[in-house]
Amino acid sequence: MLHTLSVKQMSEKLHAGEISSVELTQHYLDRITQFDPELNAYVTVTPELALQMARDADERLKNGTAGLLTGIPIAHKDIFCTDGVKTTCSSKMLDNFIAPYDAHVVTLLKKAGMPILGKTNMDEFAMGSSSESSYYGPTKNPWDLNAVPGGSSGGAAAVIAANLAPMATGTDTGGSIRQPASFCGITGIKPTYGTVSRFGIIAYASSFDQAGPMTRSAEASAWLLNAMSEFDQRDSTCLEMERPDFASELDNSLEGLKVGVPSEYFGEGLEPEVEKIVKDAIAEIEKLGATIVPVSLPNKDLAVPAYYVLAPAEASSNLSRYDGVRFGYRCENPKDLEDLYRRSRAEGFGAEVKRRIMVGAYALSAGYYDAYYLKAQRLRRMVRDDFTQAFEQCDVIMGPVAPTPAFNIGEKTDDPTSMYLADLYTIPVNLGGFPGMSVPAGFANGRPVGLHIVGPYFSEAKLLNIAHQFQQVTDWHKQTPAQYQ
Amino acid sequence: MSWEVVIGLEIHAQLTTKSKIFSGASIAYGAAPNSQACAVDLGMPGMLPVVNQAVIAKGIALGLALNAELGKKQVFDRKNYFYPDLPKGYQTTQMDYPIVGKGYLDIEVDGKTKRIGVTRAHLEEDAGKSNHGIVKGMTGIDLNRAGTPLLEIVSEPDLSSAQEAVAYARKMHELVTFLGICDGNMQEGSFRVDSNVSVRRPGEPLGTRAELKNINSFRFIEKAIEFEIERQIDLIESGGKVIQETRLYDSETNTTRSMRTKEEANDYRYFPCPDLLPVIVTDEVIDAVRATMPELPDAKRARYISEMGLSEYDAGVLTSSRAMAQYFEALNKHTGGKDAKVCANWITSDLAGALNKAGLEIAQSPISEAMLATLIARIQDNTLSGKIAKQVFEAMWNGEGTADEIIAAKGLKQITDSGAIEALVDQVLAANPAQIEAYKAGQEKMLGYFVGQIMKLSGGQANPGQVNALLKQKLQA
Amino acid sequence: MSIGKSEVASISRLAMIAVADHEVEQVAAKLSKVVDLFAQMQAVDTEGVEPMAHPHAVAQRLRLDEITEGDQHQKLQAIAPAVAMDLYLVPQVIE
Repeated sequence: MLHTLSVKQMSEKLHAGEISSVELTQHYLDRITQFDPELNAYVTVTPELALQMARDADERLKNGTAGLLTGIPIAHKDIFCTDGVKTTCSSKMLDNFIAPYDAHVVTLLKKAGMPILGKTNMDEFAMGSSSESSYYGPTKNPWDLNAVPGGSSGGAAAVIAANLAPMATGTDTGGSIRQPASFCGITGIKPTYGTVSRFGIIAYASSFDQAGPMTRSAEASAWLLNAMSEFDQRDSTCLEMERPDFASELDNSLEGLKVGVPSEYFGEGLEPEVEKIVKDAIAEIEKLGATIVPVSLPNKDLAVPAYYVLAPAEASSNLSRYDGVRFGYRCENPKDLEDLYRRSRAEGFGAEVKRRIMVGAYALSAGYYDAYYLKAQRLRRMVRDDFTQAFEQCDVIMGPVAPTPAFNIGEKTDDPTSMYLADLYTIPVNLGGFPGMSVPAGFANGRPVGLHIVGPYFSEAKLLNIAHQFQQVTDWHKQTPAQYQ
Repeated sequence: MSWEVVIGLEIHAQLTTKSKIFSGASIAYGAAPNSQACAVDLGMPGMLPVVNQAVIAKGIALGLALNAELGKKQVFDRKNYFYPDLPKGYQTTQMDYPIVGKGYLDIEVDGKTKRIGVTRAHLEEDAGKSNHGIVKGMTGIDLNRAGTPLLEIVSEPDLSSAQEAVAYARKMHELVTFLGICDGNMQEGSFRVDSNVSVRRPGEPLGTRAELKNINSFRFIEKAIEFEIERQIDLIESGGKVIQETRLYDSETNTTRSMRTKEEANDYRYFPCPDLLPVIVTDEVIDAVRATMPELPDAKRARYISEMGLSEYDAGVLTSSRAMAQYFEALNKHTGGKDAKVCANWITSDLAGALNKAGLEIAQSPISEAMLATLIARIQDNTLSGKIAKQVFEAMWNGEGTADEIIAAKGLKQITDSGAIEALVDQVLAANPAQIEAYKAGQEKMLGYFVGQIMKLSGGQANPGQVNALLKQKLQA
Repeated sequence: MSIGKSEVASISRLAMIAVADHEVEQVAAKLSKVVDLFAQMQAVDTEGVEPMAHPHAVAQRLRLDEITEGDQHQKLQAIAPAVAMDLYLVPQVIE
């Protein structure tokens, strides 16, 4: 079965001419037709585009211009603008938006020769941790159709877990790659802020948003990260520096690795089964030659409130452009200009997006700016400095990605703050702009649990090395729900 | 009891870049609607700004010219509000860390110099334009202008009359056009002046101000402010109160009227733009800008007077624009730099007069600096008399060729051959015996009569000096 | 509740999002919960801590002043809700 091959095996077989990209792509398109109706992981499937790109890839594979990933299909989160393809951000606001340009990531992965299977479902405008806020309905967790896949990149995590794509792109503003990766039992990495260009990625919170790969293995993530990160002058925050080969350290030994374990990450609220899985995984890494160092992140509890001031503040401004004038949803028969704005936005945005826009506008408004926005920015620095100090004593920090495995659909929709508080382990990493990843580490009541690895700036190759070594001695990342095997 | 007038100006100068402040779209004026609004300018999803290098250099140049503190660290902020000509729902501007800090500009009113404080100048993006009445009941939006770089220059409320306000605005106009950072075209909106006007009794706190907007000539700015001062004084003296509002000037009735807008106190929710990083300006950059800056009008004027011996009036005219000064300096160079006064005279009288009559700018002059220099040279080498030179100037203006071509074609070369001049003198003396008698009897003015007759006979081409000398010699014989 | 009806009205106006009368109470309740979360921040002493806007202390990169974008209005307006004579249309704005 083609979909049981690892990305490395696919690449080898494509290059050896044993399989064609058209064959591989068609196989995934068939699986999407068969399984996506129950999972709702894709917003748009693009079979014609995929097959055309697969034919082009086969041509390159024949004429010797193919790279490692040429011919391997990919699913893009529906936040990446894709020229000529509907790009919705899972919002009614953009239900009619055919992007007239490619995101830089899409450009790069087109250049790499990766056929686009379609666009994956997500929380509307990436605001959420369960993919339930999508205008197109929730995505289901392939491990348990009653559970959420996490979010906001829930569709991307689900398509990898259910083998509806071998590789996927995601974005992570407060945990949106790592938490769904944990919930769906796949590997995902959020790189250092500024590594991947944000050009053409629909903005949620500009100083946090960062794109990254979502795959089964750390090795595949390293390959995809290599292909999707390149300096881009169109994004002022994209760092102008040489990107290393993120796969170059995969085979390094973990001998001498110093793993920081913050006591604050194993306290109240962490489900005991999750705690056990994470501790077992850390023990496994210790066996590979690492030593454990206790570290402290004293301001961890401040990260969530600070983030839920800053990200909505940026979002409230970033989303002002959706006004029904130049693109996107426009209400029927506006009676005047203000009516056009107020109704187009009220009807085009879902409840959570509206809530964050309003919270953000409030946090920036006269009289609250200092108490909320500036205060949160100061806390942001304190949280970042905690990590910087911890990294003086250790190479990486390990802990849980989320306090629980995937929760049930509908369980947290009534109380937004309960969902916010569940982001407590991932958000601090975004505040600092550090790289972080989730690696499959076990199951609690049949639902996957990930191990969170966080490193200093530009330590992606090290994180991927640790994850890869862990995956040499474990097979959590290879497990697939029975019906999608 | 007397009144004190307090005026502060906010000037928006569009910068003369090729592309926009945050995108690579053109800023050329007058293009077809939305043909210069790219995805970044339209605020389309996922689009991001990148700062244009040229706007930083131009802003720093103004800062240097105003002797101002320079923004070595600048931060772009977002000013959030909804309006159809503002595609992103926010204007990117500089709030707390502008490119230019405190500086000043000296103006002259009634022969006295007054120093006007400049509070700050900051970079920001212009908005688009609204067109009414194209489709019934709808407003059409053209976003070509959206993202055009602006420098907003804010003065201290140091101006105390309409005359001073206009002197300041003119001086700032002269400065930005001299620096070449703004084309100064007020009709096209490249240089827009908003005036904050208030009145108070001496010693009392500042009165409530009204803002006068969108006035596109200096003359009307002066009239609008004058009217507004009168209006406010009349209002207060008749027991009324000035309200803070924006008022529009109507040049037909020479009055201002309140702009009908819902003036709710706006809450712009400024915060640093997360898509942009702080702009850091190094001393090297500042030095590089300084090195390419032209000599400024005040310095030029002083040099023209002290080094070249020009009158204050001539120096003023010659520095009224950078193009004018460039023309003068080029002409002076072409003529060997020895006769600045002669060059100045030609420009301020004949050339300025002809340009004015034809409605042309000096840059459009049909007579180049080199052409005018040749004409001056022909006077100095006695080829032309001053009078004939005016004739040649006219011919050059009409496109008949260079001075030498015209002299040759029209045979205008001055007669300097003493034999030929002697023949002319003899001819005239022979024809006027009665006048010779009169002269000899003491009527010295007859000398002028003879010169006139001789010049007439020569078609104006005889060298007047030689004619005079020979005539005296013959009459005394 | 930290957010009442009148706050919802003013926030709705700032955000240009209509809130129907029957939704006001629920919106106020949920916004209040979020704002209450912020209250935790006030307990922390942040005296002397510089606000952090970006992860990296990097300066803005500057673009060369070049025209790189041509006329794309046909492509870009193909997805616009209302256009006439190449202008984007909105209900009449009175000036």
